[in-house]
Amino acid sequence: MNHLLIAPVLIPAILGPLMILWMRHDLLQQRVFGVIGSLLTLAVAVKLSAMAAGGDVYVYRLGNWSAPFGIVLMLDRLSALMLLLTSVLAVIVQLYGIGSGWDRKGWHFHSLWLFQLMGLNGAFLTGDAFNLFVFFEVLLIASYGLMIHGGGPMRLRAGVQYISYNLAGSALFLAALGTLYAVTGTLNMADMAERVAQMPTEDTALLRTGAVLLLLVFAIKAAIVPLHFWLPSTYANAPGPVAALFAIMSKVGVYAIIRFFTLVFPQDSVIETIATDLILPAALITLTLGQIGVLGTRSLARLAAFAAIASIGTLMISVARFDAQGLTAGLYYMIHSTLAGAALFLVVDLIAARRGGDFWLRLRPAIRNTGLVSALFFVAGIAVVGLPPLSGFLGKLMILDATRDDPWMAAIWATILITSLIALVGFGRAGSILFWKSHEMDPEPGNDTDEGQRPQPGPIPTKLETDEPIQDVDDSAAPWLSFTATGMLLAGTVALALFAGPLTRYLQDTADQLTNPQLYYESVLRQQEGSR
Amino acid sequence: MEFLVASAIGATTAAGIYLILRLRTFAVVLGMTMLTYAINAFLFTTGRLVVNMPPILHGHGEVNVADYTDPLPQALVLTAIVISFGMTAVVVMMALGAFIEGGDDHINMPENDRIMPPLKTIDDPKQTEDETA
Repeated sequence: MNHLLIAPVLIPAILGPLMILWMRHDLLQQRVFGVIGSLLTLAVAVKLSAMAAGGDVYVYRLGNWSAPFGIVLMLDRLSALMLLLTSVLAVIVQLYGIGSGWDRKGWHFHSLWLFQLMGLNGAFLTGDAFNLFVFFEVLLIASYGLMIHGGGPMRLRAGVQYISYNLAGSALFLAALGTLYAVTGTLNMADMAERVAQMPTEDTALLRTGAVLLLLVFAIKAAIVPLHFWLPSTYANAPGPVAALFAIMSKVGVYAIIRFFTLVFPQDSVIETIATDLILPAALITLTLGQIGVLGTRSLARLAAFAAIASIGTLMISVARFDAQGLTAGLYYMIHSTLAGAALFLVVDLIAARRGGDFWLRLRPAIRNTGLVSALFFVAGIAVVGLPPLSGFLGKLMILDATRDDPWMAAIWATILITSLIALVGFGRAGSILFWKSHEMDPEPGNDTDEGQRPQPGPIPTKLETDEPIQDVDDSAAPWLSFTATGMLLAGTVALALFAGPLTRYLQDTADQLTNPQLYYESVLRQQEGSR
Repeated sequence: MEFLVASAIGATTAAGIYLILRLRTFAVVLGMTMLTYAINAFLFTTGRLVVNMPPILHGHGEVNVADYTDPLPQALVLTAIVISFGMTAVVVMMALGAFIEGGDDHINMPENDRIMPPLKTIDDPKQTEDETA
């Protein structure tokens, strides 16, 4: 047993409360320890990825209890990949949170950040269905706190909607788990998978109900139409860096769908292709609706939110096939859309901070650093829409290629290509309103200095211990750090495009591992020497 | 007994869902509570209903599984109760915060979430707040 497996959960779980207890009043210490926590998690994630790349499934038995009775964590290529993606994103976006000054607008930003990481990492590592529920709750609780970070009426109202929606989702999750437990008598994923595989077809009505309930729960988390209604308001009203971190949160739903419907309910089991039949049409509608939203919205924050919905749609089209090729393309697009989507949220935050918190797409005088910000918006737009030469283009190409033999091929290709055009127009419109036409307006005299003194309109900043007025996001903090963080995410999408070859080979191995459940039975249930 | 428990769970769930669909936060919180009660009772029944049986093994020697009730759902229910209780507290606090800051207890987002306010109002936080109220 390798104790490193539990480190991604333990590091934030220990550092987070310590930060609340010891350094509640000291933002600098919080920043230092927060970043250290994320960096440590990143280091562990790198090490775990190197371990998992060998192709083994590592199992960690909590309390050393033998498998179906104790809770297990398991590390395969997919979990390692998700861990790495999460920690890379978390470190970069946390730096943005520091650079933009968002972390001083409310309490406990960095502790909540670590709790969020703990929930995410745990959800990616666990091999137990009920434990997955618990980690979902951990990450949701942290996300509730992060989502309303900074306060303000609109954000709180959006927060109430978000919590209500997710509480209902959690109730559904419990119902699904209860149903599955009642049928299979186990909650260990590998054990459940084996029992599902052995179950006679005539006794499986309840099992199929449980599977579909579970699919619904994960579809809520992933924001697949028609269960996406929580997403636009939440992402649009959340603070910029938090929305960027949420880019990975909707991927947790996708991850859980992949995990459950490759391991526990693969297509050759009793539930047959029910997951594909449900997800594929929903994904096509999700993509269409997201891209139309990008074109139709009049708010910059919602533009980014709808782009996130559209990316989930694209991703699910490919994942819905549940074969090696579809999963490879889907995973590639998942990495891309996480980085690009997060970068877009950060750019939107950069723009809004320079427009006095105005998210609406309307003419205002040119902003500060307009050249740099517009360049970042341009690159992020290219990445999100999926134009060459960035990774979005390659990802979409891979998805088109993977769905070439699909019976729905015509619909899939038409939807992806036409909606890409819609999104292109949407981003073009937004960019031209924000950056081109703004030059035609006279800059208001003294606008820059004015805006520095004015409080943020939407979020009402809460102060930490000091009594100094909190200024404009840009002035109070280190803009270079914000720009660097945003640039790093965009550089990530460039790197994805540059190293697409080796990455795709790794993802192919990942997909092969996923489609071979025997490996999981073997590691989790058979090799149990030494456990009690 | 099965029929009684099942119909009780069904009725509570139905009431919970009805209340969740209301547009005021109080009703929604109440509905959420009823829904979690129903789910907890449901989880409890997933180990099959047995009366007067201990969940924990006692004594040595031969164990007859029929003499025990399934302990796992009880542990699950305990976890679920703790989580749902905490979550209800969180949603109550959030609803209170939204009520105090936003001025009313509607679940729906106010109009200025959808409709672009004229430039003047967005630069003047006071006016925006008045409109929300």
